[in-house]
Amino acid sequence: MQAKTKLDINEFLSQDEKKDMLRLLTAGSVDDGKSTLIGRLLFDSKKLYEDQLDALERDSKRVGNAGDNIDYALLLDGLKAEREQGITIDVAYRYFSTNKRKFIIADTPGHEQYTRNMITGGSTAALAIILVDARSGVITQTRRHSYIVSLLGIKNVVLAVNKMDLVGYDKKIYDDIVKEYRDFTSGLNIPNIYPIPLSALKGDNVVEKSGNMSWYTGLSLLDYLENVEVKNNTDYKHFRYPVQYVLRPNQNFRGFSGKIASGVIRKGDEIMALPSGKRSKVKGIHVYEGELQKAFPPQCVTLTLEDEIDISRGEMIVHPGNLPNIERRFEAMLVWMDEEAMDPKRQYFIKHTTNLTKVSIDNVEYRVDINTLEQLKAERLQLNEIGKIRFTANKPLFFDPYQENRATGAFILIDPITNYTCGAGMIIDKIAETGNDTALTEEERKNIIAGNTLVSAAERMERYGHKGTVISIEGTPENTRTIGYTLERRLFAEGFATLLFDCVAKNSIWNENPALLDVAVKTAEAQGLIVLVLNAGKSITENTSRINLEADANPALQEIISDLNKL
Amino acid sequence: MNEYRLSHLKELEAESIHIIREVAAEFENPVMLYSIGKDSSVMVRLAEKAFAPGKVPFPLMHIDSKWKFREMIEFRDEYAKKYGWNLIVESNMEAYRAGVGPFTHGSKVHTDLMKTQALLAALDKYKFDAAFGGARRDEEKSRAKERIYSFRDKFHQWDPKNQRPELWDIYNARVHKGESIRVFPLSNWTELDIWQYIRIEKIPIVPLYFAKERPIVEMDGNLIMVDDDRMPAELRKKAKMRMVRFRTLGCYPLTGAIESEADTIEKIVEEMMTTTKSERTTRVIDFDQEASMEQKKREGYF
Repeated sequence: MQAKTKLDINEFLSQDEKKDMLRLLTAGSVDDGKSTLIGRLLFDSKKLYEDQLDALERDSKRVGNAGDNIDYALLLDGLKAEREQGITIDVAYRYFSTNKRKFIIADTPGHEQYTRNMITGGSTAALAIILVDARSGVITQTRRHSYIVSLLGIKNVVLAVNKMDLVGYDKKIYDDIVKEYRDFTSGLNIPNIYPIPLSALKGDNVVEKSGNMSWYTGLSLLDYLENVEVKNNTDYKHFRYPVQYVLRPNQNFRGFSGKIASGVIRKGDEIMALPSGKRSKVKGIHVYEGELQKAFPPQCVTLTLEDEIDISRGEMIVHPGNLPNIERRFEAMLVWMDEEAMDPKRQYFIKHTTNLTKVSIDNVEYRVDINTLEQLKAERLQLNEIGKIRFTANKPLFFDPYQENRATGAFILIDPITNYTCGAGMIIDKIAETGNDTALTEEERKNIIAGNTLVSAAERMERYGHKGTVISIEGTPENTRTIGYTLERRLFAEGFATLLFDCVAKNSIWNENPALLDVAVKTAEAQGLIVLVLNAGKSITENTSRINLEADANPALQEIISDLNKL
Repeated sequence: MNEYRLSHLKELEAESIHIIREVAAEFENPVMLYSIGKDSSVMVRLAEKAFAPGKVPFPLMHIDSKWKFREMIEFRDEYAKKYGWNLIVESNMEAYRAGVGPFTHGSKVHTDLMKTQALLAALDKYKFDAAFGGARRDEEKSRAKERIYSFRDKFHQWDPKNQRPELWDIYNARVHKGESIRVFPLSNWTELDIWQYIRIEKIPIVPLYFAKERPIVEMDGNLIMVDDDRMPAELRKKAKMRMVRFRTLGCYPLTGAIESEADTIEKIVEEMMTTTKSERTTRVIDFDQEASMEQKKREGYF
């Protein structure tokens, strides 16, 4: 299939090793010929091996949808079920190289129900190819794909106007489509749009410039992909280093391993650990080969520090004076990925950088109709829906807005019951604080206003291992105190949370204010404590003491008391 | 921003190291499956890089089908000793004693019992909750759609229709007891990337990858090397010395050689660049039934 050209292998390898990598996303609707385009790129860039071609010719005859032409799409639709249905149902990754670049293509389907897959495939992409059929122009799906691309922070789009052969390679049709697309995307955050008229099936403007469209003066698709300066979202100014792993191979080495999310770190730099705020200096930047003087994204290194400060996984090392947001409350665009709809009353796991904690959903501000970009009222999100959500995390997260820093602005939600990845989030910003009510959810605020404690009885019971109980002890002053204080000691030793009111002395503050004692005892009981009350409001002169305990009290408590009663 | 530019190999390396560290940090009991092949050799080197100057904090495990090339086993034992690997070797001894092998039972039964079942039994035995594999997405169609963290139910099965979405570099490590994750840190590497990396990093690989005169029998169009006398005598008689090398390594009766003069990495890459066959065509097991790799993966094979 290809002419063997004699290449100098050493020259080839040393050039090839220096190539960089471009990850791209392709999006189009069902019949836009997306798989055909990718197949063509692979085919024409001479990376298809002969046996794959043999298999292709066999398959084309049996199930091909391209008539007499080779069905390039069959190269890509891997799974058995898909071959039967004739559609792509999941993200497939394709690899090809030219002598200028290595490419990774995430091929995602265009069906409405598969927004999820496009988000998945696009999350790592730096460039998107959006296909439109020259016969139908910009359609609903084109708008939807472009919105998702801008949401994901992909700043480079190739608008591939495909099937130009079917409209007679007409310049006017192409120009109208490009104009309509530019008008539509002016409201989206996609700074670089490069339109190309092409025919994937015939190969026009895919690899070689087409003779059929001499009016087109731009680059062919492959030429563009090989040469485009990708404005990826990598940020070299704000150093963010989420600690992944603490490395302690021996007494003398204590390193913090991680991938540099953004910014540049140099040996000797002053750093700050979050959330502790402790400062130190970078002693060494270690890799397998030795030490580096500086490191930048996406390098994986291990930092050692001048001082012994305690840092764990999930914490972040930054430059002092250049901090991310350190907040529990934030708002984010969220894509719901699960068949089971969001339940705003539940907590979900959130994985953000190397942090795993839980979040509550405070409010669904709106959901976006991805066809019209209208903001609609919603209580929750369903599968494939996108919305703006307010969250409160159980502990502060260290983040930046996603559109400024993909690595520290992205997160996933995990259903704590099924463990399914149910949401993909892109942080917009922290939620501005109002007054003193920092870091509270709407629900918490309501309870505070109503005077309800934020710690539930169940939580207290889980903490203490028992519910609140009042034990009153009555008898002669000496006996009562002996039993009361002994009991308190025993209970405390057994892990009970206790509180003792000694009303034995006739002039005690409690005896002078029986109503106050009553409120204090009830409050302490309601908050889960074992309350011991000695001779409350009584002056008892009998020679015996009595321990009064509620009948349904904790069995362990009853046992201790029956032991004491034997004294 | 050229000052901060990484080559594609360095970028792939960083991606893999990040994945390997995530697994070590988030799982209780991970293991790295080591097949002795070139991809495994790269994966082990990446693990060593991830934890340098410390040691790799999890064991390597080789599932020995008892039909591997002898040179593979020698290589394994030599390097395990040299680098101080914590290496576990497991086999399906029951099937081995019963005499299961590719010549007598065919590739399907052999692979199922000596590879898939042996692997599943070993994973259960040690209760590993994450297992690294060296598979790459460019190897085979069904692998192109697999996640980096590939969820397996408690029967170790893969459900391609019910994969967890995987976004950015944020991996979902949550599993219930008995469930596990297969992790593929080399997902985005191609065969060429692997060779280039082996070359730059000077990673030792089994000599079978390099061309040499070897005793070869032609079986159903595959060039099978005579590695021991378990090959039936009537086949062995037909052996001829031919200059061959192997593009992938597995069980010797199931792994075809290719005719080649390439005895250095540079020559191998040169051969690859002008080759007309993709690498898994020399693996007999991919062709024994329709959509066979996908089927094997569903059943728990890598």
